[in-house]
Amino acid sequence: MLSLESLKQIDVELAKYPADCRRSAIMSALRIAQTELGWLSTDTIEFVASYIKIPATQALEVATFYGMYNLKPVGKYKLAVCTNLPCALRGGVATAEYLLGKLNIAKLGGTSADGKFTVVEAECLGACGDAPVLLVNNHKMCSFMSPEAIDKKLAELI
Amino acid sequence: MAIFEKGVIFAGIDTNNPDCWRLDEYLKRGGYQALKRILNEKITPENVIAEMKTSGLRGRGGAGFPTGLKWSFMPRTMPGQKYIVCNTDEGEPGTFKDRDIIRFNPHAVIEGMIIAGYSIGASAGYNYIHGEIFELYQRFEAALAEARAANLLGTNIVGSGFDFELHAHHGYGAYICGDETALLNSIEGRKGQPRFKPPFPAGHGLYGKPTTINNTESLASVPYILRDGGQEFMDKGIPNNGGTKLFSISGHVERPGNYEIPLGTPFSKLLEMAGGMRGGKKMKAVIPGGSSAPVLPAEIMMQCNMDYDSIAKAGSMLGSGAVIVMDEDVCMVKALERLAYFYHEESCGQCTPCREGTGWLYQIIHRIENGLGRPDDLELLDSIGNQMTGRTICALAEAAVFPVRSFTKHFRAEFEYHIEHKKCLVDHRWY
Amino acid sequence: MIEFELDGKTVQAKPGSTILEVALSEGKYIPHFCYHKKLSIAANCRMCLVEVEKARAPAPACATPVTEGMKVHTCSKLAVEAQKGVMEFLLINHPLDCPICDQGGECQLQDLAVGYGRGASRFEEAKRAVVDKDLGPLVKTTMTRCIHCSRCVRFSDEIAGYQELGMSYRNNHVEVMPFIGKTVDSELSGNIIDVCPVGALTSKPFRDVARSWELSRRKSIAPHDALGSNIQVHIDKYHKVVRVLPLENEALNECWLSDRDRFSYEGLYHAERATEPMIKQDGKWHKVDWETALTYAAKSINGVKIDHGADAIGVLASAISTSEELHLLQKMMRAFGVNNLDYRLEQQDFSLDGKTEGVSYLGSSVLDLIANKAVLVVGSVLREEHPLLTQRLRQASKRGMELHSINVMAQDLLAPVATEITLDPRELVYALAQVLQATLEITNKSSNVDLSQVIPNAKTQAIAASLVKNQGHVLLGRVARGLANYSELVLLANEIARVCDGKIGTLPSLANEVGAQLVGFTPYRAAFNGYFTKGLNARQMLENQRKAYVLLNTELEQDGYSSQLALAALNKAETVVVMSAYTNDDMLEYADVILPITPFSETAGSYVNLEGTWQKFNGVTRPLGEAKPAWKILRVIANKLGLDGFEYTSIEDVRAELSNLADTSSYLNNQANIDGLKIVPAQLNGLIRFGITGIYNSDSIIRRSHSLQQTPWAKLPTLALNAKLAKILGVVDSSEVQVKQAHAQRKFTVSVCDDLADSVVLLAKNSTTLSFAGSFDAIEVNA
Ligand SMILES: Cc1cc2nc3c(=O)[nH]c(=O)nc-3n(C[C@H](O)[C@H](O)[C@H](O)COP(=O)(O)O)c2cc1C
Ligand code: SF4
Ligand code: FES
Repeated sequence: MLSLESLKQIDVELAKYPADCRRSAIMSALRIAQTELGWLSTDTIEFVASYIKIPATQALEVATFYGMYNLKPVGKYKLAVCTNLPCALRGGVATAEYLLGKLNIAKLGGTSADGKFTVVEAECLGACGDAPVLLVNNHKMCSFMSPEAIDKKLAELI
Repeated sequence: MAIFEKGVIFAGIDTNNPDCWRLDEYLKRGGYQALKRILNEKITPENVIAEMKTSGLRGRGGAGFPTGLKWSFMPRTMPGQKYIVCNTDEGEPGTFKDRDIIRFNPHAVIEGMIIAGYSIGASAGYNYIHGEIFELYQRFEAALAEARAANLLGTNIVGSGFDFELHAHHGYGAYICGDETALLNSIEGRKGQPRFKPPFPAGHGLYGKPTTINNTESLASVPYILRDGGQEFMDKGIPNNGGTKLFSISGHVERPGNYEIPLGTPFSKLLEMAGGMRGGKKMKAVIPGGSSAPVLPAEIMMQCNMDYDSIAKAGSMLGSGAVIVMDEDVCMVKALERLAYFYHEESCGQCTPCREGTGWLYQIIHRIENGLGRPDDLELLDSIGNQMTGRTICALAEAAVFPVRSFTKHFRAEFEYHIEHKKCLVDHRWY
Repeated sequence: MIEFELDGKTVQAKPGSTILEVALSEGKYIPHFCYHKKLSIAANCRMCLVEVEKARAPAPACATPVTEGMKVHTCSKLAVEAQKGVMEFLLINHPLDCPICDQGGECQLQDLAVGYGRGASRFEEAKRAVVDKDLGPLVKTTMTRCIHCSRCVRFSDEIAGYQELGMSYRNNHVEVMPFIGKTVDSELSGNIIDVCPVGALTSKPFRDVARSWELSRRKSIAPHDALGSNIQVHIDKYHKVVRVLPLENEALNECWLSDRDRFSYEGLYHAERATEPMIKQDGKWHKVDWETALTYAAKSINGVKIDHGADAIGVLASAISTSEELHLLQKMMRAFGVNNLDYRLEQQDFSLDGKTEGVSYLGSSVLDLIANKAVLVVGSVLREEHPLLTQRLRQASKRGMELHSINVMAQDLLAPVATEITLDPRELVYALAQVLQATLEITNKSSNVDLSQVIPNAKTQAIAASLVKNQGHVLLGRVARGLANYSELVLLANEIARVCDGKIGTLPSLANEVGAQLVGFTPYRAAFNGYFTKGLNARQMLENQRKAYVLLNTELEQDGYSSQLALAALNKAETVVVMSAYTNDDMLEYADVILPITPFSETAGSYVNLEGTWQKFNGVTRPLGEAKPAWKILRVIANKLGLDGFEYTSIEDVRAELSNLADTSSYLNNQANIDGLKIVPAQLNGLIRFGITGIYNSDSIIRRSHSLQQTPWAKLPTLALNAKLAKILGVVDSSEVQVKQAHAQRKFTVSVCDDLADSVVLLAKNSTTLSFAGSFDAIEVNA
């Protein structure tokens, strides 16, 4: 289900916690699985739970509680735009609208027709001073995303 | 780069140097001197804690609880595992200081955590890092690897006989994990739902073991305090508000960013450092301590100093030091709607008043914003707020109510206008 | 002790107790939903908010410890206002559909809303709707009614032992759900219905059957295992049992019930219930009146006695029978000259008969058992044999009891198990001898068992060390009891207990095994350890063909050690008199007269549970059809046989003869005497069968309980063997194989399962294996 490389990464995470606290690694394990597979299907969650040796419901609780897990397939690039108040004051909302328009996506949460981009709304990314900010595939933060900067970024990603 | 004024944490850092976060750079800046001295000279934990108390450092995570006092609550001499946990789950809208600390000075946090661990009798620690700043989670891991390689972490640190292991744990998109007990549950691999206290973490924390949780900025201040002395730190601020503090300014100022300045600095001065209002607009309102703090009208804010007491006296909180500045073009209904949505979205869902109340508050404000307000809505908002505050496990419910209360109090006319005329009083523009 | 003030009254409490605990024990009600005395504290519903003087805000009574001098007000203005606020929040997204809700009339939310709700709702937004979940055949959901108290989730994690339910998502989108596509399969699942304070989780079999206020409630005792759980049986206006709930008994079932005890009532109304007396003439069945049937039965038995002597009669009863029934049957048969009576239908080794000191039982009370620091369970598939007792052991092992198991099948007890050994049934004796030898080595004591060829290994040494250190308790289960060398296990367990200063006990399976021994329903001993008699035991009665058999409350072909043996003997007998609540095709074949008796729900009776407690019950409903309580039938037959002393007019008259059951302690004793026992390593020649009795195949009622039969437990594979054996046999999972045992053979589908030893073939006892021989006899499997 997961590549050897991913399993190795999960083992590294497991080693951080006391031996009888394997459950602690579930968040990283789900993140690693998602990074490899793009999203968390039911099968993936169940597999990861069994690898960590916890009941599948506990893994499901975690996968559904934390906002950065993709419970449905997303485009090759998931672009999360912060629209919370501090960002909104510096163009966060406009950035989201610009992205939707540019990628021809009807509304937040949607994916472009070519399946490349999904644009979602984010709550505070912890980078309000750099607004507007964009998070690519959960892990790459892009600051000061003016329309020009967005155009440049999208060109890089294609 | 987003740091404009430097105090103790950012002293001597050249943020233009891409390697400024590395161990050798940190050592050049005097890093790990405090730790080595404590370990080599066998300074007792009691003395370390006393120094912390002298510094007057108050927790930088929002509640402002004295750090030295917190450490003294740990059953230090009790046998068995104990933990020190660092809270880098910065998710409070407006706050972005811990991110820069990890970005530019991760070893200060590591050194601070080792000293804290030594003082409270913990031999292991975790730093919980906001999932959205994943690149910095990786940077922190890299810094840990450097420290391990230099025998600053692990067994028998610098030959002192003291063992300490430290790991990073990342969040993955839940603001509530900033609450210390939710954070502990999250490290345990559970949903980030706060725990009822008592028992307090100092007795029953991570994995049921005694645990101390501190904010990143609090811990990053520790090496400085132990190297240059508590009094020295204390003297940088004003009485009861010792030291310098990071302020994250966002919104309608010319230069948003982090400013590490002495506590007690007048707000007007901070505003000036930030380049003043953007485009010379008129200031309307300021949230002085992160989105959970009550909003203050410009006139009141301009009279305040940036310290715990002054802001409290004005009816708000210094909180995490996140200053959100809004100009005259912002519709306060619209602004509140966005915040209400945030708290509704981020409620962990366990306490009835918070789970149901945050949703209800948002629905009403959303309705008002969309021209469907009713005459008794403001009264209803107030009553729902009353039924939420002080009735939940953690402070998120309160954090959701504070904005509602303060926005509708200070800017009542805008809300009333909205309800009556089904539209904004001001010609709203976000920016 | 702490002193504090509760609503103006000074109250004393143990340090660490919460306001709610103290209030409830003082008879003061504080509204609450998430608090449950057997579950961890969540403090999330916030319904129990009370005012504590000098506190910043109202405190949740369920989670706030009382402190010296604290002043608590549970119904002050502030407290009531806080409670009302919470109630409003709970109701805004809760449907107001009480009239159609299954919980209507017994809903804590409904009850409290009356006192704490507002008249008109201030909530005018759209209500949340939540999709229902499929939790399996037993529990129905209406998730929109869920108030997120998390009791069911905590139950599944903490009591059932494996978290099958979770609370997914966050904010007001939280939803209780099993893992996607999964159901709730715990053998204790029905308890989530009870812990749910609203109508989100309700009983599927009970759905729409009746409204709670139309039901009458009667106390009874659950008959499906020897714990003797106390139950409350709900009867509708047609005198039908429609629901069974636990009746709290802290010493036994606490506030829980196993699914077996909760849902078995469906079997009471199965189409195979015997409701009319019938006799067979010229191979044809005729429905007759009672008088005819009873006369016929008496005559048949009498005829056999006249022609062949009393010894030609064998009497077999299941221990689901009441003490009164077993007492009368043995009294009648002994007066009639028959000593061949036995309830130990599953046993094959009777060599200790006459060599034991008393009645075998748990060896202590249930509460004392779980207070032990070490317990060794030998030969028991615990969760299937004793679902609720296992739960108590689970809690105990979580609290630190060292639980060890030596067994023929590994089973996940969902609790920490210190040592687990899985063996061929033939090796159990040697393993227990290893434990004994290790205890001797630790204690420097000696034993007159010859252990010269016994060498302990690491695991048996670990068990021994734990038992010695903690004066542990050794328990022998149903599987042990079925083995060819059960007596050796008993002797070894006795020796271990002696050496460790510990205890020995058995785990009786059926409701009244202890009662059956006490009333003398054994061939070797009369009532209350009275005089010794010499009759044939259950096995001998079948192996040495009798002319007549009298059966009480048993489908012997399913309840006995060997179906093949039972059917052969019964079919060959001249006459078979059956007193049973059910008929089946085999029975119609071998029986000559069927006297329809009532199950536990329709008769007064009593059971003595595994710890020796006598529990009486009354019939909760009328007999179905023409069925009659067995004690009445036995009285009439005895009269017809011309026996004296059977002039009972009521059950009380019968019970008067059983008054010794009120205090059974002097009869209970697991000790057995040792003489020249020598243990050698087992020789494993060929494969052996493990004829497991599945949790939902354990008696006639259970086998006919429709909903239980739909659960995954009922659908566990009939044939299983481990991967190594599969490889030797050249088969894989799901292969078809030919299975042979004595004269029986049949094809089964293999399930590969590594919980078994290499030489063991699990072939369950169920309706598909009726032609097969003994549960632990040799067996052949061919690809
Ligand atoms: C809803 C909520 C969110 C919080 N978020 C944060 C946070 O992002 N970072 C933080 O350090 N503390 C946060 N806190 C405060 C922590 O619970 C805790 O008080 C703090 O980490 C203690 O560290 P300090 O004493 O060094 O300030 C939050 C508290 C609540 C109730
Ligand atoms: S107040 Fe809200 S966020 Fe905090 S524990 Fe309760 S439900 Fe969760
Ligand atoms: S019963 Fe106390 S909070 Fe639910």
